Amino acid sequence: MKIVVPVKRVIDANVKVRLKSDGSAVDSDNVKMSMNPFDEIAVEEAIRLKEAGVAGEIVAVSIGSDACQDVLRSALAMGADRALLIRTEAVLEPLAVAKLLREVVAREQPQLVICGKQSTDGDANQAGQMLAGLLGWPQATFASKLDIGADGATVTREIDGGLEIIAVTLPAVVTTDLRLNSPRYTTLPNIMKAKKKPLDVIALDEFGVDTRPRLTTLGLAEPAARSAGVRVADVAELLAKLKNEAKVI
Amino acid sequence: MSQYVAPVRDMLFVMQELAGLAEVSALPGWEDAGAELAEAVLEEAGRFAGEVIAPLNVVGDREGSRLVDGKVAVPTGFAEAYHQFVEAGWGGISSPEAFGGQSLPQLLAKPVTEMWKSACLAFSLCPMLTQGALEALLHHGTPEQQNAYLAKLVSGEWTGTMNLTEPQAGSDLSAVRSRAMPEDDHYRIFGSKIFITWGEHDVTENIVHLVLARLPDAPAGVKGISLFVVPKYLLNADGTPGTRNDVQCVSLEHKLGIHGSPTAVLAFGESAGAIGYLVGEPNRGLEYMFTMMNHARLAVGLEGVAISERAYQQARDYARERVQGRALGHESAGPIIRHPDVRRMLMTMKSQAEAMRALAYVTAAYMDLAARHTDPAERARYQSRVELLTPVVKGWCTETAQEVASLGVQVHGGMGFIEETGAAQHLRDARITTIYEGTTGIQANDLLGRKTLREQGRTLLALIEEMRADTARVGALDGEAFRQLAAAQNVAIKELEGATRHLIDAASVDPQLAFAGAVPYLMLLGTVCGGWQMVRAAAAAQAHLAAGESAAFYRAKIDTALFYADHILPRAMTHAHVVRHGARATLALDESAF
Repeated sequence: MKIVVPVKRVIDANVKVRLKSDGSAVDSDNVKMSMNPFDEIAVEEAIRLKEAGVAGEIVAVSIGSDACQDVLRSALAMGADRALLIRTEAVLEPLAVAKLLREVVAREQPQLVICGKQSTDGDANQAGQMLAGLLGWPQATFASKLDIGADGATVTREIDGGLEIIAVTLPAVVTTDLRLNSPRYTTLPNIMKAKKKPLDVIALDEFGVDTRPRLTTLGLAEPAARSAGVRVADVAELLAKLKNEAKVI
Repeated sequence: MSQYVAPVRDMLFVMQELAGLAEVSALPGWEDAGAELAEAVLEEAGRFAGEVIAPLNVVGDREGSRLVDGKVAVPTGFAEAYHQFVEAGWGGISSPEAFGGQSLPQLLAKPVTEMWKSACLAFSLCPMLTQGALEALLHHGTPEQQNAYLAKLVSGEWTGTMNLTEPQAGSDLSAVRSRAMPEDDHYRIFGSKIFITWGEHDVTENIVHLVLARLPDAPAGVKGISLFVVPKYLLNADGTPGTRNDVQCVSLEHKLGIHGSPTAVLAFGESAGAIGYLVGEPNRGLEYMFTMMNHARLAVGLEGVAISERAYQQARDYARERVQGRALGHESAGPIIRHPDVRRMLMTMKSQAEAMRALAYVTAAYMDLAARHTDPAERARYQSRVELLTPVVKGWCTETAQEVASLGVQVHGGMGFIEETGAAQHLRDARITTIYEGTTGIQANDLLGRKTLREQGRTLLALIEEMRADTARVGALDGEAFRQLAAAQNVAIKELEGATRHLIDAASVDPQLAFAGAVPYLMLLGTVCGGWQMVRAAAAAQAHLAAGESAAFYRAKIDTALFYADHILPRAMTHAHVVRHGARATLALDESAF
């Protein structure tokens, strides 16, 4: 079984995100970039399936500038077999990403696509679902457990108020939630080996996909700074404040 | 408690712009070790250091390693982290591929070592000593010994120790008394060794001790000491650990710092004698130790860099968060980083940490060039650079780390004196670094005697010329900053040259007077070399700025160099004055007058 894992290069989760001084965009100059943490979980899950003998080949895919090669190398060092970069300088919306991934699926013919449930920069939570829709495949989102059986996959999903267990036929799109696994630390020998694994670069234009933006950004603003707290004398005062001032109880 | 975030970008900057990563990766066999691999390795090592090793630092300090019923209990989490370290293959980064290592150049390995040391110095000593033991066997062991031990030491599945010191034989190893009695194909070792780092533990299934001892017919003094390999568990025919050897941990030392590292007193031969095997030829043990010394001393010099970096990160984070007092020019109380004197302290820490890192990595690159340059004359030239700079990196970086770690406490104010903040641990941990692997005094004697006077300053004077040429190049760049940097650096270089010539002359009259100035001279050379690297860093940063690259990082390099030029480099004058004028007063009092 072949697995395709899309990976996105995002601002590192430990970095405090700030707007540029003119407010036009998020400041990504001089900021540490890393693989989207949910995508790391997706790569890890694919590797575990390979180690369990379920998967044969893992292909990591990224869409973006040449700088994205570093997250693809990370995926290769973790254990992906080869990588594909769809090169573009444009920032794409989820629908454009999904359309491009559909083309990748057409070329690679995988039985499973494992995506992160969302990227920590856009937080759209759409590309995986859109991809499944475009392909007409079943989707199992927010997976916290994935079992591949003879007739398909059993996926435990994290939903409000509990867990939902669903069965999907393959091929399918699965998106990962935080608790699916803990990604491994890459070993030094694997970092060395990753250098020799194939990483193909294809220009976005070659796919002939309409990736024009559908959305217009009206404005960007940083969250309001937290105001100072107040110290309450006792529980009664706390309850009074929650009731009368915060009006939450 | 602050986190450790490996300064990957700073490290890559030094590797690429100052230490010549491109030249090193052009050497035969290191073609893959370019910028891309360096970045991947440093990123992942930084992650491992920050997430797995750094959390051990405080635990190690508080719990310490303890001897319970004859067994060493290492602090909570150390064993698990060590097993992860082995599994991730970090131990073999620069070891030969033939024994399972990755054979990467020192210029890649040393920054990774710095990360382990910043994250948790006590932990980092275990792989460091293992490295020492494996190098001893690699260079001097028989093929059988290499096959028996090397792969396990490279992977880290077994750890190694270096057993040199005895109660009466510290800096002077000629006083070693441990005995080795021949028996069949091996020897029986008897004696007591102290200060054995990671000398006993159950983290791994075996420990490989390298031990200095005397043969029955050995001549007295340094020429009568041999080197033996003494495994904790003797090996079975199939190479697996078998019978327990006659070496016991008698006690663990109570120390000022590095509490997590078990510093053992080992008793060899309490009953029948510990079985050991001769490494290399008889009576050449001390000489073998010296062949490994450059690596070990450079590694301890890196500890000065590493602790300084960690102390700086912690002080910076605290200064950003701690609200206290209204700073000049501000309306209300704010974080203490706004106060000019806090800024001065942070810059004193940051600028010296960067200068030390640069000199340490440049020296690591010289090691690589000395090992693999295609031109034998160049190999020799770089080797003499390594010989010259090793005591400087060891002595100057560790001495400077005392100041930096102390300032780290000072930035915290009263909270720094309280152990809970963690600032004090860096100061306590730093304290050993000027002592072990040769005290600062020993480094300075090495620098002055073997590395300078013996060759009339030839290597050093050539280095001074290179510094002058680099400084002239920087001074010619457009901008007032570069004129200032070059002017300050030229003054310092002149002081260095004058002091060097003074010492060469003084030694020919009265060596005692020359050696009275050895440590100030080492600090002088370190300070000026640091300035040289800072000037080069500023010029490299300017090239990036001129190319229109993102500004803040590179502007900071120039400003940090300017700080170093105005705050640190003037110390060169003081050191030079002491070298030239201070020796008589140092030796004026009679022994009885103290």
